[in-house]
Amino acid sequence: MSHRETLRELMELHGGPGFEEEVAHRVKAAFARYTDDIRVDRMGNVIAHIRGEGASPRPRILLSAHMDEIALVVTEISEGGFLRVWQAGGFDPRTLVGQEVVVHGRERLTGIIGSKPPHLTTPEERRQAAPLEDLFIDLAMPEACVRERVTVGDRVTLRRETMDLLNGRIAGKALDDRASIAVILECLETLRGLRHRSDVLAVASVQEEVGVRGAATAGHALNPDIAIAIDVTFADMPGQAPDESFKMGKGPAIAFGPNIHPKVFRGLRDAADRHRVPYQVELTQGPTGTDARAFQIAREGIACGLVGVAIRYMHCSVETAAYDDIAECGRLLAHYIAGVTEKEVAGLSCY
Amino acid sequence: MLLKRLTEAMGPSGFEDEIRGVLREEVEGCVDRVYTDVLGNLICEKGVHQPGPRVMLDAHMDEVGLMITHAEENGLLRFRPLGGVDPRVLVSKPVRIGEDKRFGVIGAKPIHLQKAEERRKPLPLESLYIDIGARDRDDALAHVRLGDVAVFATRYEEIGVRCAKAKSFDDRAGCAVLVEALRETHPIPVYGVFTVQEEIGLRGAMAAAYRIQPDIAIALEGTVCFDVARAPGHGQGTVLGRGPAFTLQDGRTLADRRFLEFLVHVAERHDIPYQFRRVKGGSNDFGAIHRTRAGVVGGSISIPVRYIHAPAQVMSLEDYENTVRLVRAVLAELAKGGFQA
Repeated sequence: MSHRETLRELMELHGGPGFEEEVAHRVKAAFARYTDDIRVDRMGNVIAHIRGEGASPRPRILLSAHMDEIALVVTEISEGGFLRVWQAGGFDPRTLVGQEVVVHGRERLTGIIGSKPPHLTTPEERRQAAPLEDLFIDLAMPEACVRERVTVGDRVTLRRETMDLLNGRIAGKALDDRASIAVILECLETLRGLRHRSDVLAVASVQEEVGVRGAATAGHALNPDIAIAIDVTFADMPGQAPDESFKMGKGPAIAFGPNIHPKVFRGLRDAADRHRVPYQVELTQGPTGTDARAFQIAREGIACGLVGVAIRYMHCSVETAAYDDIAECGRLLAHYIAGVTEKEVAGLSCY
Repeated sequence: MLLKRLTEAMGPSGFEDEIRGVLREEVEGCVDRVYTDVLGNLICEKGVHQPGPRVMLDAHMDEVGLMITHAEENGLLRFRPLGGVDPRVLVSKPVRIGEDKRFGVIGAKPIHLQKAEERRKPLPLESLYIDIGARDRDDALAHVRLGDVAVFATRYEEIGVRCAKAKSFDDRAGCAVLVEALRETHPIPVYGVFTVQEEIGLRGAMAAAYRIQPDIAIALEGTVCFDVARAPGHGQGTVLGRGPAFTLQDGRTLADRRFLEFLVHVAERHDIPYQFRRVKGGSNDFGAIHRTRAGVVGGSISIPVRYIHAPAQVMSLEDYENTVRLVRAVLAELAKGGFQA
């Protein structure tokens, strides 16, 4: 069973940092195919426990993909009922002009981020990009109606239907990081057909976009032997540095660098070689902007891995990925997990 | 639903085939004759052998769009605008391309890889591409041809309080008003014209007016409305919800005072709210029509539309309904001889 349709659904759900409930609900339903041991922790992380074979103690491997998407927060209802907003996640304001959004007020409202028509703009204005402070959301209703439905502090997310492009590519909002939830689901699907000794702790984490906060508590609470973060990386685009430009459709990227345990990296790479999973290596030089950043220093330290698929237009409403990469990334993780032994786990602290 | 059907149809300037087909279907059976001219204008005649002034009602069916002009080695497509499109509204938007309406997306370099000073400048057209998911140039050109056109992928939906959002209310709102007018019977000769190529210089209307030689012409337009947060009054153009707008002076027209007074009189007499379009910039088909042959008397009736030429435009359904009522009233008053030039 492919999880392509699950991914489509997940992308169209709304869940910014701190309000991931709607996404969590759908993720729990998807995890239920693989285990009945599913819980939600105090921060809102969804944790599914899939047992390995044999007596405990068994190796424990955590897989994490964040559920939250970048969002905005209402800071002011200005004259005429137009909303001013600020960041709850990293938007490039230039990608917001003319965008349709959902305002999560007393009810869900569709809004448009306004743009001045070319008939009224001066050449001078056109040379400037509006900062976020100058943008506003139009709810197409009188101010009094807005005030009944919206308050300062309400959240705002992008509104975008998921689209199919050529070559099995998929485009829409929130591929960052719902693509990686699909990776976990593809992994669990493959793992069903494999024998594995390790327990898998599949985590859909919260609040990554505001500073990997869900991962910090999940890492602490679950204290796994190995934690693998799954997050999207940059696909090639004209004008981008070659070492930050991964090819779509050429398999997942496996990260290497100080944030990554060298033995976990080798284990992932060897699993890919053995099972003919195409892959690319992403070189990192410090704490990564992913859940692995928090996992590595949770409690007395956790051995981390980081894998993910390359997407284009990250943090836009038209993020684009190749579904093949997602399926291959899931397959890679399943084979890696099936190959982990107690001896390897014991060796993680031996340098 | 008429507004949904018209706004979701494709028809950038010079490539109006789909919208023309839709409009032809909508008016067939309620007019005496429908035909196209050499430019592609769709001309509808209704009761043209009746006595009375020959009235031309005009709405342009073309919309702003993009044309695919080049495929890069990596399969990304380069494009140029058809009509006035500010590249700043294209970033992070989907489009539909060609006859099979293939999805394409226009993205931007991720914020993570941008320098702070880059973010202060708009992304120029040269750094934008349409991505259809092609692996390389050959793959792209197997699915899209150079010269194919694209439009915003926006659905029509009712939002807020008695408002709707869609692409191309400029000027499918006017087209819808014209369709509604053509479905009614009038005791005077009416020529309904859905024109081409307004967005690239009012070109269709010029030829159509020459052919029809109307006594009176009225352009029905979706016009500039920027009555938004902290916009100065003089820069608003029109105000949403305050009714149809009459042009005083725009880039191509000085209002004919006699006809303007007639429009005001009709609106007041029929208790229909109206306002004046208060910007000098922009224009509509009447700018071309009033200068054809020895000159044509008339004016324009516009529906305020926020964010025209952008992917999601907002219109008040009350303004729309009031415009339909006003056009009906204007035709009735013209039939009664209420306007003498």
